[in-house]
Amino acid sequence: MRKPEPVQVVKQRRDAALERLIQSMPYSRFLGIQFDRRGDELTAVLPFKDDLIGNPILPAIHGGATAAFLETAAIVELAWSMIWSDIEGEEPQGVKVRLPKTIDITVDYLRSGLPRDAYARARITRAGRRYASVHVEAWQDNRERPFAQATGHFLMPSRDG
Amino acid sequence: MSHETEDRQTLIANQFISSLPHAKSLGMRLVEIGDGLAAIEMDYDERFVGDPETGVIHGGAVSALMDTCSGAAVMCHPQASLGTATLDLRIDYMRSATPGQTIIARAECYHVTRSVAFVRATAYDDDRDRPVATSTGAFTVERKA
Repeated sequence: MRKPEPVQVVKQRRDAALERLIQSMPYSRFLGIQFDRRGDELTAVLPFKDDLIGNPILPAIHGGATAAFLETAAIVELAWSMIWSDIEGEEPQGVKVRLPKTIDITVDYLRSGLPRDAYARARITRAGRRYASVHVEAWQDNRERPFAQATGHFLMPSRDG
Repeated sequence: MSHETEDRQTLIANQFISSLPHAKSLGMRLVEIGDGLAAIEMDYDERFVGDPETGVIHGGAVSALMDTCSGAAVMCHPQASLGTATLDLRIDYMRSATPGQTIIARAECYHVTRSVAFVRATAYDDDRDRPVATSTGAFTVERKA
């Protein structure tokens, strides 16, 4: 049996891979989306800022910003699952960022997004070679009271090349 | 078109984008309005790119454009009111938008009930024959007090 790797080496490898993935998407940087990692589980974080507001009277987060946040969480989850098998698989290899393409996404707005940080977790409900389905839920103060959810279909990048 | 509707549409045209911080930060411009109709443009910007390898705009930025434009169409509908919120929005991406080109979305609020407005929208780049994306959505209708 192989000797277990030192924990710092493992963390550094995973964090660096995640960082490369996130940095590869200018629009999620523009929105300020961050990712919190626990093992292979990701939580997308959208820190509140004024230019996310869509309704200044309420005030509420713009539906488009919410949609972009959910779509980003879904794309990163899919890309991350591919990276994870690359770096943690039987024969580890270098990080290669390949982003899936959105075919369609349906967003349900359950409550208005309050002017504070939002969180999202994506669950891959089907991962095929070419097509994948993802469900995403976003919440703010209370995990049990999501303010938006989405289901999307994605075209997966080819595994080779 | 009644004076009231006309006044409201002028008000929307003048203030709509500037009153929406997120739409403003994406550089959106309201270019056309009518009864239950709206068109909004968004210029190409490297900050909105989803995948730098292709330079294609992120779907999320297109979503924001579709959502804003659909909401504007609801507000321009003679039977709706000045406020609305998205209930759901489905977006189909037909193809990648060409990098460097402005994207324009046109939305039509085709049916309004006492509490719900139904809207469809189409987004194009310079090629007006091949849409980049289409969307359908349901929006709330705020009743006048």
